[in-house]
Amino acid sequence: MTGDGKRYWLDDQANIKKVIWMLCVICGLLFLADFVYHKHSHFEAENFIGFYAIFGFSVCCLLVLAAKLMRKFLMREEDYYDAE
Amino acid sequence: MMPSEFLSPGIFQILAALFVPLFYGQWRNIYMAAIPIIEFGWTLGLSPGDHLEVATFEMSLVVLRVDSLSLVFAYIFQLATFLSIIFAWHIRDTVQQVTGLIYSGAAVAAVFAGDLITLFVMWELTALASVFLIWARRDDASFKAGMRYLVIQVGSGVLLLAGMIIHFKATGSLAFDFLGMGMLGTNLILLAFGVKCAFPLLHNWLQDSYGHATVTGTVFLSAFTTKLAVYALARGFPGTDMLIWIGAAMALFPIFYAIIENDLRRVLAYILNAQQGFMVCGVGIGTEMALNGAAAHAFVCILYMALLFMAMGAVLFRTDAINGSELGGLYKSMPWSMAFCIIGAASVSAFPLTSGFVSKSMIITAAASEGYWVVWAVLLCASAGIFLTSGIKVPFFAFFAKDTGKRVKEAPFNMLLAMAAVSALCLLIGILPEHLYNILPFAVDYVPYTTAHVITQLQLLLFSALAFLVLVVKGIYPHALRSINLDTDWVYRRFIPRIINRAISGISTAYENLATMAGIKAEWLLRTSLHYTGPHSTLARTWEIGSSTLWVMITLAICLLLYYI
Repeated sequence: MTGDGKRYWLDDQANIKKVIWMLCVICGLLFLADFVYHKHSHFEAENFIGFYAIFGFSVCCLLVLAAKLMRKFLMREEDYYDAE
Repeated sequence: MMPSEFLSPGIFQILAALFVPLFYGQWRNIYMAAIPIIEFGWTLGLSPGDHLEVATFEMSLVVLRVDSLSLVFAYIFQLATFLSIIFAWHIRDTVQQVTGLIYSGAAVAAVFAGDLITLFVMWELTALASVFLIWARRDDASFKAGMRYLVIQVGSGVLLLAGMIIHFKATGSLAFDFLGMGMLGTNLILLAFGVKCAFPLLHNWLQDSYGHATVTGTVFLSAFTTKLAVYALARGFPGTDMLIWIGAAMALFPIFYAIIENDLRRVLAYILNAQQGFMVCGVGIGTEMALNGAAAHAFVCILYMALLFMAMGAVLFRTDAINGSELGGLYKSMPWSMAFCIIGAASVSAFPLTSGFVSKSMIITAAASEGYWVVWAVLLCASAGIFLTSGIKVPFFAFFAKDTGKRVKEAPFNMLLAMAAVSALCLLIGILPEHLYNILPFAVDYVPYTTAHVITQLQLLLFSALAFLVLVVKGIYPHALRSINLDTDWVYRRFIPRIINRAISGISTAYENLATMAGIKAEWLLRTSLHYTGPHSTLARTWEIGSSTLWVMITLAICLLLYYI
């Protein structure tokens, strides 16, 4: 059950960096793509350049921060319900 | 004579399940796999309008009512049954095999039910049969979780029964068609559906039970109960405004829990709960597009949630661990499971070319077309959150993250086969959505693949991924910790038992005090009476004649006095 000593592509920090950079480049390109097509929007906000990108990024940050805050109140030991 | 003239497909499956113990070894598996195949062929032969009534007592029960809505759900239930059986091929547990088939058969029969009595019977049967998939783990925790599950599920049935009786008294009808809110009977029925559908605050049975069921049991559970409730809502309460807001709350609320939950199957259960929110929202909006969206989303949700539960089941099966804090680096030893998990994760996140993309957007677009901008924004938030959790967190913590050094065998062949089949379906529906659209309740006037939709969806998802990356790199993303989080189950697992315990101990203390006090009083009474009337007391003494006569005279004088007054 322990490590087999074989090195995998993702074991190399440099490759992880490559993946991260690739994601950043794709995100950049997607953001720029907003300039070249026409949106059939239902709401005014959607026409804002990069609306979905900014929305996705900020919502995820807010969700995570809120959830972290919830942990303060809600987190208990694993055997919480076994105690009684 | 056609079988539909005396039987409905779901009831056939329930009966067929009873013969499973007669078969041994591989024959049993072949027999079990054949049941949903035969049934599926039969269902394909049914056409809208087919009908079967059975006369019992003074009522006639509609055990088969075929229309476009019931057909979609019947198809996917039978497909899910077949795939779950393949996934559970290695199981040699008669209890799980029989109850699994009865459970999914009851769900199919409920979908074909044309009256509320048949629906009620099947509703309760799904509850009774499915609890064995939790108990089959055969440990104390799963027994207790199963009991909680059973109480809530049967409770939902009792609500349905009560609602049904009141509804019958009020209208004289037991037909299971549009019911609509507003009367006590139908409100109770809605509540019964809401419990099974895992409405906010009524939801916690889902996470509780799915986290405790067996590896294969959770795959079964994930497909039927909640989707049966969506079907029932779509049948009885389409266009009910309240459902829009319930659905929106339901889509967002479980995401927070999914972010901090450690047990990865429970993370998936929270995400399933959020997906239910999309469907409930669609039912609430009630336009043709929204109802199509709800049905389509139920269809694809069953597939990709089953796929994700299968992948996590395989991980649990091989490593005996399911907590994010104990897993990581499994891509090295379970690469196929990892690949299938990622296809499931992409589908649940609604990436273009996967099944979620062609269904979820129908509901979001329906909300936007009707001008519900708050709902639209909430559903978009939920979409991002779903990707963040089941799309990234689940595969990341299980297969990547920090290598825990676990080296295990790849999942068994039958599990891989089932996962491969579901993955193929997820991609097929994503690439060729018209096959799904053709079986939806209404004609579909929706094109998922437009430049704008593809690009905006990719922006939403990839920037969410970027946010995840930034949060992880900055160390803000909550670590997987060995812990549990309080949810509404706290009310009935802690709060109410505590109140009852306090009340009981209060009553017993009061009783003891009372008993002690009564003891003291009784002793005092005895002593006092003994003091005055006992053998050595004043009254028992031998008195002299003179003083006795004096006392008699005093007494007579008092009597005389009283008499005159």
